[in-house]
Amino acid sequence: MRDELLSILEKNSRIDFKELAVLLGVTEEQVLEEISKLEKENIICAYHTLINWEKTDIEKVSALIEVKVTPQRGQGFDRIAERIYNYPEVKSVYLLSGGYDLLVTLEEKSLKEIAGFVSDKLSTMESVLSTATHFILKKYKDHGTIINKTTKDEREVITP
Amino acid sequence: MRNFLSDKVINIKPSGIRKFFDIVHEMQDAISLGVGEPDFDTPWFIRDEGIYSLERGKTFYTSNAGLKDLRTEISNYIKRTQGINYDPEKEIVVTVGGSEAIDIGLRAVINPDDEVIIPQPSYVSYEPCAVLADAKPVIINLKAENEFRLKPDELLNAITDRTKVLILPYPNNPTGAIMEKEDLEKIAKIVIEKDLLVISDEIYSALTYKDKHVSIAAIDGMQERTILINGFSKAYAMTGWRLGYACGPKEIIKQMTKIHQFAIMCAPTTSQYAAVEALKKGDEEVEKMRQSYNQRRRFLINAFKEMQLDCFEPYGAFYVFPCIKEFNMTSEEFATKLLMEEKVAVVPGTAFGDCGEGYLRISYAYSLDNLKMAIERIKHFVEKLRTKQS
Repeated sequence: MRDELLSILEKNSRIDFKELAVLLGVTEEQVLEEISKLEKENIICAYHTLINWEKTDIEKVSALIEVKVTPQRGQGFDRIAERIYNYPEVKSVYLLSGGYDLLVTLEEKSLKEIAGFVSDKLSTMESVLSTATHFILKKYKDHGTIINKTTKDEREVITP
Repeated sequence: MRNFLSDKVINIKPSGIRKFFDIVHEMQDAISLGVGEPDFDTPWFIRDEGIYSLERGKTFYTSNAGLKDLRTEISNYIKRTQGINYDPEKEIVVTVGGSEAIDIGLRAVINPDDEVIIPQPSYVSYEPCAVLADAKPVIINLKAENEFRLKPDELLNAITDRTKVLILPYPNNPTGAIMEKEDLEKIAKIVIEKDLLVISDEIYSALTYKDKHVSIAAIDGMQERTILINGFSKAYAMTGWRLGYACGPKEIIKQMTKIHQFAIMCAPTTSQYAAVEALKKGDEEVEKMRQSYNQRRRFLINAFKEMQLDCFEPYGAFYVFPCIKEFNMTSEEFATKLLMEEKVAVVPGTAFGDCGEGYLRISYAYSLDNLKMAIERIKHFVEKLRTKQS
């Protein structure tokens, strides 16, 4: 049940326990119990909403920043990653294999603020060797969801 | 001018679905639960392979029986799902959908007036195909109390000296019924004893929600007297690609391929290339879709239970088949009223045989949101009818 439960919740975190119980063919109590276990084990970390900000009046600029760093003795990349992710404007931090070390996603109100973050905060950290900032122009798909998808049932209305 | 038409064709009843189709088509914002095909798009990697085959210029006829690679993959697939061995060279033919396989399968084995046993409710094309092949269709009216499974005594009662073929349509459209191994063993015993051939239409084999599907061909002594029909439409959401296949004894496949060669030449080439990829890498996608169907199935079964609408639990395909006898209406009346008053389209059970009277086929090849909306309307309709009755 766990795998199926997670795959439903990943797509729809607003679904209620009663419906989950029906879809999974178990009782509401079992669903409740499993979900609280998953939360306790930090397998379910948070429940988010995917918002298409472009359609609102709120200005947001996002950037992906590639960061090369010197790992620190005894702590590897964890310490520097923490210093970066503690900024609330940082949306995600990933450690990557390949040409650079950390990929940082940043969301700000303007280009200027992003530039400010990179030059004042990020680049000045002593273990940061270099950064490369890429601005996001358009999101086509995010978290497995196609943004702006209009679904139309193309099928014939009745078929045998 | 003379009447040019064939009496045989004229006498075939048009599909009961057509009339409904025309009404629904005209109606604004009707919700249809009447579709017999998956709502999923064909998985992208399969479509991509089709496109790639076109880019490489794979636009010619294939061999009549189908691409060698595809037949090999089909053979592997049947081997890994059913444990049956079919020789890709001689025992498999790739067809234009499962429908063509049913047609040429019957035509390859029927002599005039041979009897073909068709359990109903079942897919609309068995009876017309049998008639077109000059067979005499003999209908078995399956019963709800048996969960629409074929019972040995029902089969025995239908067999005469002229019986040649039994069509076995499981997992079943429209009832969602399945036949489990024990059910099949009893049927197989009779089939062997009476020296019959089975045409087993297993197009929904990937969509079962209890144990894994078992083919009757996997039962001892049955492979040599079974034409196993399957295809890509339902499992891989590939209805429009028109691709199916038949596996069977080489003597029969040889004759089927002959008809196929003269009538069709070969199945669509692009579809065949895409299908190779589907069989090689599709298991995970099929399982994901199956899981979604299963969730919707549970949702509908639960909704009907809450409505107290009589409905056995179906374990196959993507249909539920609730009973509406309590309302003293024919299936067609009920479906028409439901459409007119609540704008929900379902298919009357009678479209799949007379014994479908009193039942509706409801498809769950729709998103949950869609199903929820439809269920609200059906609930409203049922409550209205019950208030009127009391």
